[in-house]
Amino acid sequence: MKPDKKTGLALTLLAALAAPLPAPAAAPAQVTVSIAGFAYGPAELTVRPGTEVTWINHDQVPHTVTSRTGKPLASPALDTDDRYSHTFTQAGDFEYYCTVHPFMSGVVHVRQ
Amino acid sequence: MTASDHGPDRNAGHAPAPDPAHDAGRRRALGCLAAWTGAAVLWNIAGGVPRALGMASGGAAAAAPPGTLSFVQISDTHIGFSKAANPDVVGSLRRAIADINALPQRPAFVVHTGDISHLSRADQFGQARELFQEIRTDRLHTVPGEHDAIDDGVAGYLRAFGADGRGRSWYSFDQGGAHFIGLNNVQNFKAGTMAALGDEQLAWLKADLAGVAHSTPVVVLAHIPLWTIWAPWGWGTSDADAALALLRPFGSVTVLNGHIHQVMQKMEGHVALHTAMSLAYPLPTPGQAGIGEPGPVTVPPGQLGRLLGTRRVSLVRGRGLLALIDTPLDR
Repeated sequence: MKPDKKTGLALTLLAALAAPLPAPAAAPAQVTVSIAGFAYGPAELTVRPGTEVTWINHDQVPHTVTSRTGKPLASPALDTDDRYSHTFTQAGDFEYYCTVHPFMSGVVHVRQ
Repeated sequence: MTASDHGPDRNAGHAPAPDPAHDAGRRRALGCLAAWTGAAVLWNIAGGVPRALGMASGGAAAAAPPGTLSFVQISDTHIGFSKAANPDVVGSLRRAIADINALPQRPAFVVHTGDISHLSRADQFGQARELFQEIRTDRLHTVPGEHDAIDDGVAGYLRAFGADGRGRSWYSFDQGGAHFIGLNNVQNFKAGTMAALGDEQLAWLKADLAGVAHSTPVVVLAHIPLWTIWAPWGWGTSDADAALALLRPFGSVTVLNGHIHQVMQKMEGHVALHTAMSLAYPLPTPGQAGIGEPGPVTVPPGQLGRLLGTRRVSLVRGRGLLALIDTPLDR
């Protein structure tokens, strides 16, 4: 017997619910931090491991994104409109500052 | 009273629209008055009490006694910068060089108090070096600014300008009866807002000063001011007090700084500290409502040249006498 439309739909739905849904391929999260007015925005950021954070300098003067210990964040001099990206693989708190203007500081919290 | 004023150096002393009806004495008095309010004040720092000396009539400094050492300070050229605040920093530097080369007395040397380049790039250092060769003087002494220390610390700066320190960014030399010290205060960032000299450099400074008589005038060059002008913008050196303590026993100490792109001055005992104008762009004065950052200020057309300039410094041998004359590019 050919299932009618309604039954067909119900069966499809049942099948869908019964079978484990394939997990969608996890798109790596990408977050942007803007550098403007001699400040990182947002200055404090929380992301998951695997996230790529990109800093973009909108000021007329150069800035850097530099870890206090030198790693892992070690951008070159970023002139206006230059960008720097880093993918955080480890959990932790990553403080950074600008070597040209050390009063500028930010932190990336990496949490599961 | 400030130790130096912005204002026309060459025009000082010319009474406006001389009137033949006025007698020569009155004209001379007017000339002296113009000299006082115009270009420069001579400080005698002997004995730790600064006293201003008069200028000769005509406004020019009294004929320099024999043994006067004269040099020029330039600062913050930012070669590589090209934005609205100054699209032609090379042109500004060339105008300053023309002013220096037109001085009646050839300066013994020129000091650059840092931020030679804008991005610490080799091509910017190279271009700066070529431009400095147009200055008619015997020698250039430099100290690094934070814009000269991006990426790989002062390595690039030292490759281009490291002759004085022979591979180190601090050094000293003696000339004209005075002791000159160049310091690097644009690294050693701890968690905080300001740079520092660091223990290694302070130890070197202590050892260096141990060989200098307290009566010898000392001139200290450092990019960032050695007193705290405005900590939120990094306008200060966190361990400057330690350096000033080492300099305290000396009868005449002059500190020449850059970094803030405007002239500010302070006396601390026998130590006179002066920041300088830039040759690139002006920066705001701190503490103004609504201005929260030390970014380049774009001024109306025609105004820029009044805010950029050079400084001539003269020392009279044996008298601890220093004259500082600040001259803007436009006057």
